Amino acid sequence: MTSQDAELRRTPLYDLHRELGGRMVPFAGYEMPVQYPSGILKEHAQTRERAGLFDVSHMGQLRLRGARAAAALENLVPVDVVDLPVGQQRYALFTNEVGGILDDFMATNAGDHLFVVVNAACKAADTAHLRAHLGAGCELEELTGRALLALQGPAAAAVMARLAPAATGLVFMTGAAVEIDGTPCFVTRSGYTGEDGFEISAPAERAEALARRLLAEDAVAPVGLGARDSLRLEAGLCLYGHDIDTQTTPVEAGLTWALSKARRAEGARPGGYPGAETILRQLAEGVRRRRVGLRPAGRVPVRDGAPLLDESGRAVGRVTSGGFGPSVGGPVAMGYVETALAKPGTRLVATVRDKPQEIEVVRLPFVAPNYHRG
Amino acid sequence: MSERKFTEDHEWILVEGDTGTVGISDYAQEQLGDVVFVELPAEGSSIDKGAQAATVESVKAASEIYAPVSGEVIAANGDLADDPAKVNSDPLGDGWFFKIKIADPGQLDALMDEASYKSYVEGLH
Repeated sequence: MTSQDAELRRTPLYDLHRELGGRMVPFAGYEMPVQYPSGILKEHAQTRERAGLFDVSHMGQLRLRGARAAAALENLVPVDVVDLPVGQQRYALFTNEVGGILDDFMATNAGDHLFVVVNAACKAADTAHLRAHLGAGCELEELTGRALLALQGPAAAAVMARLAPAATGLVFMTGAAVEIDGTPCFVTRSGYTGEDGFEISAPAERAEALARRLLAEDAVAPVGLGARDSLRLEAGLCLYGHDIDTQTTPVEAGLTWALSKARRAEGARPGGYPGAETILRQLAEGVRRRRVGLRPAGRVPVRDGAPLLDESGRAVGRVTSGGFGPSVGGPVAMGYVETALAKPGTRLVATVRDKPQEIEVVRLPFVAPNYHRG
Repeated sequence: MSERKFTEDHEWILVEGDTGTVGISDYAQEQLGDVVFVELPAEGSSIDKGAQAATVESVKAASEIYAPVSGEVIAANGDLADDPAKVNSDPLGDGWFFKIKIADPGQLDALMDEASYKSYVEGLH
């Protein structure tokens, strides 16, 4: 065991992952399963065809309480939180002074509090950011005693119908307190795969029993972080630190759909978050570069960091995510290109191991979503 | 008589006379995970022992494959273009990468035989 290994944290499901033959790798300071013996391709297909169970307990779960909690959170995000209905979940972004993105996260109005889930790699920074800005009338609780499981795939609803019928009443991007197999959980109907599914917040001490109960269902198999990445990439979903970071604004990232009307120039509460001036200006005037989907013409995967050139050899952008899309049956990628070249059908060249690879701008997502909208 | 020898980078070479067939070991394919693309050397190209000869792309990452000996590439496994998964399912057989005309058979002496390679892999954990 190296000194680095000694510093890695473990989720409540670590022992279960080892028992299932999980190949453990360091991720965001945790030892997480990148795959199980079946392998990434099978786990990816499992999620698109039946149901996959993911351990995402490394992510940060937070509760914001208090009369001013929603208003306080609005000071940090270009999103409508004040009028978020009870039970509704919303995708949000912490922004910085230049309109760049500090993290992307989900917030749910759980009635007497806001339930927030942030990326594992950013949870310490996000928590500090919130603590520094929330102010009086608002408390922040870090839910370190909770696990988070994601059940994703077309069979997920039928599984939940058996274990927790109340959860099947949820539609995409809504959440509620639901008891599953005797365990009090908070469940949202959302995920990071493009499939219908549920994210289940449960007490850490009940997490393994809950996971075993879900895995006992024929339709459910464990899925690791490797497939989680190929699933979200095919779904066109951003990975923080790659497709979005402190240097990309939500407008450049193609996330304007997440910028609530109420917070725009013509809305009820315009601006009032870091970088608002930049973001509102970009909404009005446009941006010089944009995130796009990319499809290599051949079979060579084109990965994060690969330069993008136009057909004359001029540098015009960069790949920010890329790999093999098992459902697509070939390589897929996302990246940023000059706005003039961001039109689907535009042919570009990516450099991979010093060789040119033809690549085309395509619409996202690569795989159509199957969200349950009721 | 054909003999299979192994490198510390987990390539194997199956020697028959003055030619060898090269591939990666079962341990290597298991470590790589699902293979989605293989880039092979061109037929007729010369490669030096230890130089990069091929690239294997798994779902997560690309890995370099090095030439176990110097020589001239006389064949590349075209089947891997359509079915890269052969590297996982049959790494010592149908998942072969390329055939090489061995320039200096003396270079084979430095490689491990099957039993030594097996011990080497066991010692890696």
